Amino acid sequence: MADRTKIPVPKPTPETEHFWAGARNGQLKLQRCSECSEVYFPPRPFCPSCISRNVEIFDASGKGTLYSYVINQREHPAHDGPYSIAVVELEEGPRMMTNIVNCEQTPEALELDMPVEVVFEPLTEEISLPYFQPQGARS
Amino acid sequence: MKPGSIAIVGAAETTELGKIPDLAQIQLHADAAINAMNDAGLKPSDIDGVATAGESATGIAHYLGITPKWVDGTSVGGCSFMLHVRHAAAAINEGLCDTVLITHGESGRSQVGRGRFAPAMASLSGQFEAPYCSMGPPTTFTIPFLRYMKETGTTLEQLANVAVVQREWAAMNPRASFRDPLTVEDVMSARMIAYPFTKLECCLVTDGGGALILTRAERAKDFPNKPVYIIGTGESTETPMVSQMEDMTTSRAFRVSGAKAFTEAGISHADVDHLMIYDAFAHLPIYGLEDLGFCERGEAGAFMEERHTAPGGKLPLNTNGGGLSYMHSGMYGMYALQESVRQMRGIAPAQVDGAKISVCHGVGGMFAASGTVIMSNEQP
Repeated sequence: MADRTKIPVPKPTPETEHFWAGARNGQLKLQRCSECSEVYFPPRPFCPSCISRNVEIFDASGKGTLYSYVINQREHPAHDGPYSIAVVELEEGPRMMTNIVNCEQTPEALELDMPVEVVFEPLTEEISLPYFQPQGARS
Repeated sequence: MKPGSIAIVGAAETTELGKIPDLAQIQLHADAAINAMNDAGLKPSDIDGVATAGESATGIAHYLGITPKWVDGTSVGGCSFMLHVRHAAAAINEGLCDTVLITHGESGRSQVGRGRFAPAMASLSGQFEAPYCSMGPPTTFTIPFLRYMKETGTTLEQLANVAVVQREWAAMNPRASFRDPLTVEDVMSARMIAYPFTKLECCLVTDGGGALILTRAERAKDFPNKPVYIIGTGESTETPMVSQMEDMTTSRAFRVSGAKAFTEAGISHADVDHLMIYDAFAHLPIYGLEDLGFCERGEAGAFMEERHTAPGGKLPLNTNGGGLSYMHSGMYGMYALQESVRQMRGIAPAQVDGAKISVCHGVGGMFAASGTVIMSNEQP
């Protein structure tokens, strides 16, 4: 039986705390440069495109598409059987790593460019982890 | 760098490769270093520069009894040694030191005297990749390939063929870990590790090491073995997080490093007689052939199917059998460099007749970094 306590738990830093605070509340936080409008991830208190420190945090739509993935076949204590390690492309542009959940873990079910949406799973009191599922899947 | 100003005058691997449970990691460095010093007819007192990765340069210098005037601990993963060659060439040309020893040793399989890698959970990779239970390179380095396949029409058969062709080269190499012939069917039906990659499309995990000695080209003729000149070098980085690659169908670090090396060397692709592309996984030669400019985008899989990189082909690639069949301790770049040196010296087990220019291209991390060294047995 999967032991979810075996998932490595992220340790927030001052620069990423807003992201994890958002995740605790079920919100996917991204950042946007107020000077050049670049939307970026992972979190930084400056724009990686123009180095402006004038950046804002906003709620992403939580929607995106499946960009690429593998299906890990080796045993991991946190997972029952094979699981996807994926990269999704968010509607706002940035990409992030995730697992695709609430979906069969097969090449047939995991179709590149299929629409996905964020769901959150609490790991600890502080950390909820964003996962993605096929849009409209029942979590 | 100035093409041909620096030469490799000593080169050797560890006495054994494969499973070496009776040597700690630092001794693998030392075994290779001693073999390289013997190859060059040098003693530790003749060496005044040390570069290494995996162990500290301080530790290696002390262990070998070297008093360095210059050290380089650049550690960007498996291609660190390509960067060491580049940095050493610059340092020697600048007069910072005269004779540089570059060492690699890794107890990848036996894990004797080796520190453990674990991502710091406060790093960006720790926060935004590790929680998704990636289990090291086989499940992260491989993520880009499905995107590459979809955009280029490359097939799983073409991926498998990379391993098949490299096994043909390995069959000619008595030191290769695996030498039995393979078919595409064998590769595709092997145990799945991380779909779409089977075990035979993932590198070996072995113990070993290698070392190089570089000095000014005008001194090179005083050494016992044929000098191998450095004629072009490049390096770059992209991202420590594979999920943050700009485009998963091409490596920016490969493109930047490769283009810089070719420009320095002043050569065209048609001038290249021999090619090494670090193959931790079977897709890397495909990316390398394209990002170095040998093939157009999406054409490398077919290029290899047409046997251009196989024995008898026009562009012999990974002639030692590569990380897939020869050996792979974890930071394979040193072994790619050693094979380029052997080819330029004319002593490789699968020697390419008349080869004069070898391109040796490495990757570090999961498409995180890159280094390229172009060598020649003729001084430009």
